[in-house]
Amino acid sequence: MLFKLSLKNIKKSIKDYTIYFFTLILAVAIFYIFNAMETQTVMLEVSNSTKDIIKLMNTMLSGVSVFVSFILGFLIIYASQFLMKRRKKEFGIYMTLGMSKGKISRILLLETILIGTVSLVIGLVIGTILSQGMSIVVANMFEADMTKFSFVFSTKALGKTILYFCIMYFCVMIFNTISVSKCKLIDLITANKKSETIKMKNPILCTIVFILSVVMLGYAYYNVTVLNTTLTSNQLLTDIVLGVIGTFFLFWSLSGFVLKLVMKRKKLYHKNLNMFILRQVNSKINTTVFSMTTISLMLFLTICILSSALSLKNSMTNNLKELTPVDILLSKKANLTSSDQYYGIPYTEEQIADSKTPITDTLELLDFDWKNNLTDMINVNIYATNDITMKDTFGTEYGAIKKEYPMLLYDSAEPIVKVSEYNKVAKQYGNPTYELKEDEYMIIADFDSMVQIRNRVLKKGTTLTLNGKTYQPKYPECKPGFIEISANHINTGIILIPDQTLPEEMKEETYLIANYTGKTEDEKEEIEAQLASEEVSAFEDKTTLSASTKISIYEASIGLGAIVTFIGIYLGIIFLISSAAILALKELSESSDNKERYMMLRRLGVDEKMIRKTLFIQIAIFFLFPLIVAIIHSIFGIMFASTILETFGNEKLLSSIIMTAIFLIFIYGGYFIITYLCSRSMISEKE
Amino acid sequence: MEPILKIEHVEKYYGNKLNLTKAVDGISFSVNKGEFVAIMGASGSGKTTLLNCISTIDKVTSGHIYVGGVDITKLKGNQLNRFRREELGFIFQDFNLLDTLTAYENIALALTIQGVKANEIEARVHEFAKKLNVEQVLQKYPYQMSGGQKQRVASIRAMITNPKLVLADEPTGALDSKSAKMLLENFEYMNQSLEATILMVTHDAFTASYANRVIFIKDGKLFNELVKGNDSRKEFFDKIIDVVTILGGEVNDVI
Repeated sequence: MLFKLSLKNIKKSIKDYTIYFFTLILAVAIFYIFNAMETQTVMLEVSNSTKDIIKLMNTMLSGVSVFVSFILGFLIIYASQFLMKRRKKEFGIYMTLGMSKGKISRILLLETILIGTVSLVIGLVIGTILSQGMSIVVANMFEADMTKFSFVFSTKALGKTILYFCIMYFCVMIFNTISVSKCKLIDLITANKKSETIKMKNPILCTIVFILSVVMLGYAYYNVTVLNTTLTSNQLLTDIVLGVIGTFFLFWSLSGFVLKLVMKRKKLYHKNLNMFILRQVNSKINTTVFSMTTISLMLFLTICILSSALSLKNSMTNNLKELTPVDILLSKKANLTSSDQYYGIPYTEEQIADSKTPITDTLELLDFDWKNNLTDMINVNIYATNDITMKDTFGTEYGAIKKEYPMLLYDSAEPIVKVSEYNKVAKQYGNPTYELKEDEYMIIADFDSMVQIRNRVLKKGTTLTLNGKTYQPKYPECKPGFIEISANHINTGIILIPDQTLPEEMKEETYLIANYTGKTEDEKEEIEAQLASEEVSAFEDKTTLSASTKISIYEASIGLGAIVTFIGIYLGIIFLISSAAILALKELSESSDNKERYMMLRRLGVDEKMIRKTLFIQIAIFFLFPLIVAIIHSIFGIMFASTILETFGNEKLLSSIIMTAIFLIFIYGGYFIITYLCSRSMISEKE
Repeated sequence: MEPILKIEHVEKYYGNKLNLTKAVDGISFSVNKGEFVAIMGASGSGKTTLLNCISTIDKVTSGHIYVGGVDITKLKGNQLNRFRREELGFIFQDFNLLDTLTAYENIALALTIQGVKANEIEARVHEFAKKLNVEQVLQKYPYQMSGGQKQRVASIRAMITNPKLVLADEPTGALDSKSAKMLLENFEYMNQSLEATILMVTHDAFTASYANRVIFIKDGKLFNELVKGNDSRKEFFDKIIDVVTILGGEVNDVI
């Protein structure tokens, strides 16, 4: 009997449940897709290092899934509580007929189970289908072979999805039971007759608050875009707080402000149902300032996350070409003594002995045929002395810099390279070369924030003293360049000095820069495989030799790009669903009031066509309002991110923005259309 | 005089063949231009159903209703909507003002949907508000107004488009006696000075006594008709009470 009642209830209120259903199905499908990626990536044929990265990605994705499940849990509970509110009168009737609260709770329980099961099944089916497409994206991302396509179904993801959603539904049941047990009969029966009080805001106050919010936002925008490079983290925090408060004030005041503005324009105000639309939107936004702010900020986050994540991968690969001009860079500690330590562990006898020999000797020891496999070899010696630490290079500026950046390692010795050795490297890399007079030094760096600090010091003409000789800076700023190959600009500073004989103890490290002799990718990979073989790893405690290679840097950065992209898309979509669903529910929550209002309009003789148009405009404004604010925020947010990360190419950014727009249109637009259709059928004359 | 409203053998049945309810059972009458007619009857007598048929909110089962010579039972879709917004004005028991709009906007809305020019709308709303003494509440919301004020605003909304016929459904139903009296005096004024034709449905004899003519309905059929003629309102009220007594007490169905 109860089961029948539940079933009938759902059938009857299918309109109310559409948004709820839609959200659940989407949530289940997305949760499944991102958790099924593990199974898909296992099947890919990729190198070992990529496998490690994929493993890391999957661990991170499942970590993010926990966070996502919390967001979805809150969303589902929120949605179910909203539906509960709409059905208060129905419960009131049950209770007047003598049904106990326990029984009502049981009806709700059955309903939750029913809806939960159906949405899980549909969501999983959709998820399975879509995840096939996802596997193509994954393979593409990791540049793996996708010659043989196979249907992948992840039982692990299935189990996980069912478990997580069952926990969420269980929470919904608890919340439903609590809210039923707290109900009073009188409230249930009079639930529909809420007294309507419209909070009217003082128009002058509205205008003042509006101007204030625009000023606040403008100031924050200015800070993050124009002043971005000199921004400290405290200022940035202030800007974020300003942005949040500014957004809140904007929503608090804008509708009142716009209303006043339109009322001044008599023709517009008196046209068709404009005044009705205005008042509807005004009253709606006035009562949902807080949610509108949250939704708008969530959309802002979504847009920034999606567009940044999508373009990050592309731009990361772009940097690589410039920053890895050679195939391999081998490095080894030089002149180790028994008192030297590596993170507290003393070096072994063999390592100390090995540190006194050139890198090529070590390679022979490793049984690596460097004569045949390596070409274009360049040796670089890195010197360091405790006479020249970072503190020393800052000279008189040290005190001021330390106050601003207390975390820098001021006591670490700075790397010193002879200019002629650097020039050899620079030539090979295609970077500019330099000449230094006998008493001159210069600094090569490309890590932005460090460059700024060093430029301050160099402008002052800070001198360095090495072996009793004083050196003047040749240039008032750092020059770009690097020795170590990497995925990003991370050279914090190398001091170049004129060629001279430096004491052997000062030698800290030796580098061997080379290309592989192999012509094709496969040949190169084969050479690299010899270096990365197990026999070589067995030598770990006999030498301090380490290598960074073009291939491994490429793989790592592609992998990192993929991780950022997938997590970005995952979170972005979840945020998007959450904000759109809350917005849709807010709109539908007033549908019973709206029904009366539109009925009234019909009695006044308004066309059905005009009623539909009015409803459409009303809902469109309600949906567009937070979106437009979010888009404006995002323009500045993305500008800020792009200058901070310095990795975006404009062309790539455009394509990622287009992708973001597609996501937005599909999900946000989907919610909008469903909301409109639901509202339309709710206000239609037929019961 | 030419009748504004002519009702011919209107029938309205509810239910199916096995269980037929004749809410309106062959009623015919007509209302002339400038008349103030009240329809009286107990609850369930079919008076509201009849009004709904005239206002095109409901459809007749058979018979014809002519407003200004047009048979409105033949109208469809947008013709109906146009008929409603151009020829009719409505006043309801529960005011039916839009709660999100101010009084001014509630009234103006009736004109904006007809596409009247902005300047004219403003002038007309203020003119009517002055006449019916609600100027001071024009910028207020319905929840800030008294019942009487709301109903006067609603009646301005019904009148402002110069409709051929104003339909009022129990307009005093939700008002206290003082507000009701004030509203009815406004109706009299609208009828006499603004030449509005008013058709009002009520079960209250006092309310009905403000009309020129009272039509009594019982069980879906015409029962009686009283014309005020040169009687004073008090005399007319006594006559109405007499008929109501015959009809069966004030509104009860003891007979």
